[in-house]
Amino acid sequence: MNRTFLLFLGVAALYALTGFFQSWNLALSILTAVLPSTIIALGLNIQWGYAGLFNTGLMGFSALGGLAVVLVAAKPVAEGWDAGGPGILLGLFLGAASIAAAIFGWNHMEKGRARALTVAAILIGGFVLFRWVFDPAVMAVEAFNPATAGNLGGLGINPLLAWPVGGVLAALAAWGIGKVALGLRSDYLAIATLGIAEIIVAVLKNEDWLTRGVKNVISLPRPWPVPLEVNIQTQEWFINLAAAFGANPVTASSIFVKLVYCTMFGTVLVLLIWMLERALKSPWGRMMRAIRDNEVSAEAMGKDVTRRHLQVFILGSAIVGMGGAMLTSMHGQLTPTTYNPLGWTFLIWVMVIAGGSGNNWGAVLGGLLIGWLWLIAESLGPSLMGMVTVGMGDGPLKAHLVDAAPHMRLLTLGVILLLVLRFSPRGLLPEK
Amino acid sequence: MDLLNALVAFLNFVFVPAVAYGAQLALGALGATLIYGVLRFSNFAHGDTMAFGTMVTILFTWWFQSMSITAGLLPTALIALPFGILCTALFVLGTDRVVYRFYRKQKANPAILVIVSLGVMLVMNGVVRLIIGVEEQNFADGGRFLISAGDFKAATGLAEGLAIKSTQAITLVVAVICVAWLFWFLNRTRTGKSMRAFSDNEDLALLSGINPDRVVAVTWIITAALATIAGVLYGLDKSFRPFVYFQLLLPIFAAAIVGGLGNPLGAIAGGFIIAFSEVMVTYAWKKVATYVLPDSMAPDSLLQLMSTDYKFAVSFGILIIVLLFMPTGIFKGKST
Repeated sequence: MNRTFLLFLGVAALYALTGFFQSWNLALSILTAVLPSTIIALGLNIQWGYAGLFNTGLMGFSALGGLAVVLVAAKPVAEGWDAGGPGILLGLFLGAASIAAAIFGWNHMEKGRARALTVAAILIGGFVLFRWVFDPAVMAVEAFNPATAGNLGGLGINPLLAWPVGGVLAALAAWGIGKVALGLRSDYLAIATLGIAEIIVAVLKNEDWLTRGVKNVISLPRPWPVPLEVNIQTQEWFINLAAAFGANPVTASSIFVKLVYCTMFGTVLVLLIWMLERALKSPWGRMMRAIRDNEVSAEAMGKDVTRRHLQVFILGSAIVGMGGAMLTSMHGQLTPTTYNPLGWTFLIWVMVIAGGSGNNWGAVLGGLLIGWLWLIAESLGPSLMGMVTVGMGDGPLKAHLVDAAPHMRLLTLGVILLLVLRFSPRGLLPEK
Repeated sequence: MDLLNALVAFLNFVFVPAVAYGAQLALGALGATLIYGVLRFSNFAHGDTMAFGTMVTILFTWWFQSMSITAGLLPTALIALPFGILCTALFVLGTDRVVYRFYRKQKANPAILVIVSLGVMLVMNGVVRLIIGVEEQNFADGGRFLISAGDFKAATGLAEGLAIKSTQAITLVVAVICVAWLFWFLNRTRTGKSMRAFSDNEDLALLSGINPDRVVAVTWIITAALATIAGVLYGLDKSFRPFVYFQLLLPIFAAAIVGGLGNPLGAIAGGFIIAFSEVMVTYAWKKVATYVLPDSMAPDSLLQLMSTDYKFAVSFGILIIVLLFMPTGIFKGKST
């Protein structure tokens, strides 16, 4: 019986206890929500654990995954496309082209005033052109039926496809940011990713033509094998199955759907771990660890440190994007206002640090454990605070404390992080 | 006359708000850059230190107001400010004793210290939310305007008014006093010189008998004071919400990096660069343009480069430009 097995058994027991004492529906819904976060934690683990890169923009990369679900799975809005679809695409293309032209000019012209002026002219001209084409198209798209549409919609195909697409979007963003911030001080990457995450979420909140902004995109279709609860409740085989377990079909259908999700997320998770473990044990993995442990000597051995960092940063962000897409497709809606850095970025950091950075199994264990704590505290926190304050007379102080119970979670999270870093800096499952 | 009106509109909507915001950012960035210079890590808890200090100051303000102690025309918060600084300094010294000191003695990798500061950030964030909640708090009282738009119009006969809020004037005065004192302290006093020596070369400073614990403690106290002052001024000028203070981390670090991390002069310059760019990029220039341009060329659109929802994109864009073209910042800070 080794340590890894025992610890996983312990976490499984926590979920089982939730099932026995609260309800199996709650235990499963916690698990379905936590598994994608665990995948995000894996993505961070290869950035921080394998390479020592400091990504504080997990929220942004997850949000790009959510955007991918909308772009792939949402029904296209034909009127919106007719009104301004080509204009928006042309505008975006012009914007991208002028940035590309500016970069090309910068790299291929002789250094001097002429180069600076040309590049500035390209950028300013490009910006004016972009706004000139883009703004009217956006107005036209958003003008169509803003109460239910006002956006372009997506391709209307299986959301399962959105998972890799989310990974690709996040990888593209990571490439851009990594190109700029890697190779400099490690904190620069932390601050740059913090910034890009804020900007990505701001785009999702404000670009109504893309994501309907704060009006949210709702009723996104389920990924392919997952049935709708109402559809299976009337099927004969399902009613028989539910009867065999002695459960009523409505509860059983909700549990069944969650089980299907868990299986799908679990499959992805296992596949990812298998690939990542293979990579870690390969020469590539040894090189990454060598770079992390001593950049100077790895560079002296002829390894291109910045290039390797960029590679692993892109890879990790792609996994984060995929996890974000899975979460959004599970919720069936994109609500940009729910993205906040405390729950989406720093929670994942605590998962990785507590689980054991550098060890994939550690990241998974940390994900399952911290995720469970975070979500169970949401449902138990107020009643727990009620118990603590039971001796107090009713009054503003007691009301304030009970209201403030959700904020205890942040405090607890911070204390856990500090305690782990101090007393067990290698986490529950240390890197071998 | 039109040109004068354009100038007044520019001063009213761009220059005055940007100067006040720039002074607030500069004070925030000074704190971050001092920690960086002496303790050698980027303190992610800085925004929440500002929030903590502001919260304590607000609590004292309410207490004073309930006892009818006010500062007349000035905001009561100015009387409460010293108490806020005191509590924040004690709290920050406490975190240093309980948390950071352990890693300093170990000579831990700066990246570990950054994660540790994330933990401190979460704790402080939780404490602030627990005590004062997440809602917006307005705690400015006293006189509203130094010059109001109506008075200005009546006095000058111009169509445009120039309003200077008393909080903006206070921000500038307090910031000038703080910066003057800080530079006097760093350049003229023994403790200040030892701080600079420690920042330049730790080993040499230790060899010459500088007490590192004292330098670190003084740095934390000054940082707590700067963070509290910056937070209170920002809160007086706009309003206090814990989450907004967390988000200020980005412009503050952008300002510190633009000026050169570890360089106090750079932090001030950086604060104003970020503030002016943010206000100028998100301001709708239509009004100014209508005055300056002849009628036939009057613009139809708002002439706004970017909506205010994207103000973080401005600090981020400047940060990217600096990282691309001069990673050590304008005033040559530390890059490694």
